[in-house]
Amino acid sequence: MTTSVVVTGLGVVAPNGLGVREYWSATRGGRSGIGRVTRFDPSQYPSRLAGEIPAFTAKDHLPSRLLSQTDRMTRLALVATDWALADAGVKPEDLPEFDMGVITASSSGGFEFGQNELQKLWSKGSQHVSAYQSFAWFYAVNSGQISIRNGMKGPSGVVVSDQAGGLDAMAQARRQIRKGTRLVVSGAVDASICPWGWVAQIAGGRLSTSDEPARAYVPFDAGARGHVPGEGGAILILEDAVAARGRGAKIYGEISGYGATIDPRPGSDREPGQRKAIELALADAGVEPGDVDVVFADAAAVPELDRTEAEAISAVFGPRGVPVTVPKTMTGRLYSGAAPLDVAAALLAIEEGLIPPTVNVEPAPEHDLDLVTSQPRTAEVRTALVLARGQGGFNSAMVVRAVD
Amino acid sequence: MRGRRVVITGIEVLAPGGIGAKSFWSLLSEGRTATRGITFFDPAPFRSRVAAEIDFDPEEHGLRPQEIRRMDRAAQFAVVAARGAVEDSGIELDELDPYRIGVTIGSAVGATMGLDDEYRVVSDGGRLDLVDHHYAVPHLYNHLVPSSFATEVAWAVGAEGPSTVVSTGCTSGIDSVGHAVELIREGTADVVIAGSSDAPISPITMACFDAIKATTPRHDEPERASRPFDNTRNGFVLGEGAAVFVLEELESARRRGAHIYAEIAGYATRSNAYHMTGLRPDGLEMAEAIRVALDEARMDPTEIDYINAHGSGTKQNDRHETAAFKKSLGDHAYRTPVSSIKSMVGHSLGAIGSIEIAASALAMEHNVVPPTANLQTPDPECDLDYVPVTARDQLTDAVLSVGSGFGGFQSAIVLARPERSPA
Repeated sequence: MTTSVVVTGLGVVAPNGLGVREYWSATRGGRSGIGRVTRFDPSQYPSRLAGEIPAFTAKDHLPSRLLSQTDRMTRLALVATDWALADAGVKPEDLPEFDMGVITASSSGGFEFGQNELQKLWSKGSQHVSAYQSFAWFYAVNSGQISIRNGMKGPSGVVVSDQAGGLDAMAQARRQIRKGTRLVVSGAVDASICPWGWVAQIAGGRLSTSDEPARAYVPFDAGARGHVPGEGGAILILEDAVAARGRGAKIYGEISGYGATIDPRPGSDREPGQRKAIELALADAGVEPGDVDVVFADAAAVPELDRTEAEAISAVFGPRGVPVTVPKTMTGRLYSGAAPLDVAAALLAIEEGLIPPTVNVEPAPEHDLDLVTSQPRTAEVRTALVLARGQGGFNSAMVVRAVD
Repeated sequence: MRGRRVVITGIEVLAPGGIGAKSFWSLLSEGRTATRGITFFDPAPFRSRVAAEIDFDPEEHGLRPQEIRRMDRAAQFAVVAARGAVEDSGIELDELDPYRIGVTIGSAVGATMGLDDEYRVVSDGGRLDLVDHHYAVPHLYNHLVPSSFATEVAWAVGAEGPSTVVSTGCTSGIDSVGHAVELIREGTADVVIAGSSDAPISPITMACFDAIKATTPRHDEPERASRPFDNTRNGFVLGEGAAVFVLEELESARRRGAHIYAEIAGYATRSNAYHMTGLRPDGLEMAEAIRVALDEARMDPTEIDYINAHGSGTKQNDRHETAAFKKSLGDHAYRTPVSSIKSMVGHSLGAIGSIEIAASALAMEHNVVPPTANLQTPDPECDLDYVPVTARDQLTDAVLSVGSGFGGFQSAIVLARPERSPA
């Protein structure tokens, strides 16, 4: 019998809410965190909106020695981890250190820190580059810093698969728990809202150029013209179900299925890989399409990508065969942080029996989706499917289920 | 019941001193070094001015102009190495279900070289805070998020299964292969194109290692600059490169009559939870990774014939891992040859773990243990057999390769002959 892996703690840092309670209250209420960029003056750029996390003061949560050596996204990740552990009721010092691992995803590392040091290098000279640059920028920084802060010596890891990476990290965490590690801190927090990161994202060609927060990121809408990027994500505590029950932990739900593919090379006549990823995840979970109560879509808001995702969902579930929602319409796309946040939202949907809404979207009829728009929908949610796609063709799908 | 076992059936290496697994092995077995004064940019302002550079012409290796333009140098390495590995294995990937073919590529610093170059332009030499998007190249996003390396490899070989970049700093090259092994063992994939690539020799990388004095300032004799386990060593030499493997499930590899280099018999990674760059001298966590990897391989420490060390050439590393070998292998550590190929090809960060796995597999292939070049004055605190200067003929049926890196990650992987009798 395969080890069952459950989620026992959530730590959320999202543009529309810091902490699980604030995030869920905003999300079920349809409150968006998208607005004009404040971190720098975006006037000169073709895209000017973002999902920024307001009112996060790192020094309220972290010692000053950590502040000088970390990018914003690492500070957010460390705080999210503290909250997730507290939510799970886990004190790391009480557990054997090799029994706890840290596996996160990253997209761009500590990019703002990197910009500052690149600027020093090229404007002042190499001897001005920070001694922390060597580890504040690289992709492994969050896993490394989380393991150090919490004394976790078990299997660690870092994956990079653009926006799909958050699910890939959680799948890897589940794999390590199945191999015998008791607890893994997983998920992802990403942020690169600095001019250098902004320009690189603009070059990706998928950012919305709208200045209206309510119209800028409208996936599956006839007016979809790209996405708004954001910062943040979620850190989740994954545990061996038997160990979690043994300590009387509250269990949000089980990570019961996962599948991943990458799209065929451009010019291929083969179909994109997302449908296959969904089928693999359902098969892995041992559930039929009819068992799924809600789908959290990737929702690229690029017309062609919306079409292929709607087709993949319809191919598996039938036309309008399952409620679909996109709470990230309230946060923007958070890169590797997006899917772990959606997993958190799915678990909260299970807990409350309520599907959070997709805001600002008038679904285009061609997509044939049962999109939950405007208002949250009351529903018994036992099984949820979370989808994520990364630029470059990454497709990941994860099934989370209620536990009895 | 043993379950699915994973073997290496194809290898390609791009390393300093020669492109291709064959010239790589010549360099190692002859104990030659490929470190030299930096030629990629003017190294005068830097504390460390040596590196292990590859003379690489992407066109010569079949990359088209648009591929060359859109790919960072490390992505180019990965694609060339992936194609080479597939060719070496003789596998016909077109005949397989593409969803059963995965890709895992390790990289510590991704497209650093491309980012450094492009930053200089969009910031106009560091003058602009608000960098100018008009000067951004269209593929800048692929540099921002280096999962593009996995995409490029998947496109190059026609894989459509689970694909990702593994980025755990300097253990990325082991962890990427370890991740691939897990995918095949659990049945998610039948074949994984796995390896790693890094091309970090750029001003920003040199500057950040200068800042913590991690790289050696020995410029006078660049070919002798990388001196792991030598008492006169004073930092590592930055390198670049890639190694990619075709990993397959053992039975299907046997059915198609593939040449099998080695089985990946065990793998583990652990964290020291201590410091982002520092190591405690006791080597506890690396020893634990070794212990778990051997356990997974169902092997006794005494079965290890050769240890391919991390051997970066910093004092703290060399002592840390010497302690880890003693702790995990006991007395057998004193009887086992240990060597660091970083003495010859430098430290290519996330790539080196895979390059060292390639060296380990080739050591088994040739029954030759590569040496630690430049080891002339032993460090009294490092008292194992580090195979100084000259390669050694020796029956080599099982190899342990380890890595240690920023973030505190410690990884170990065990290669063995698949026909060995299980313990």
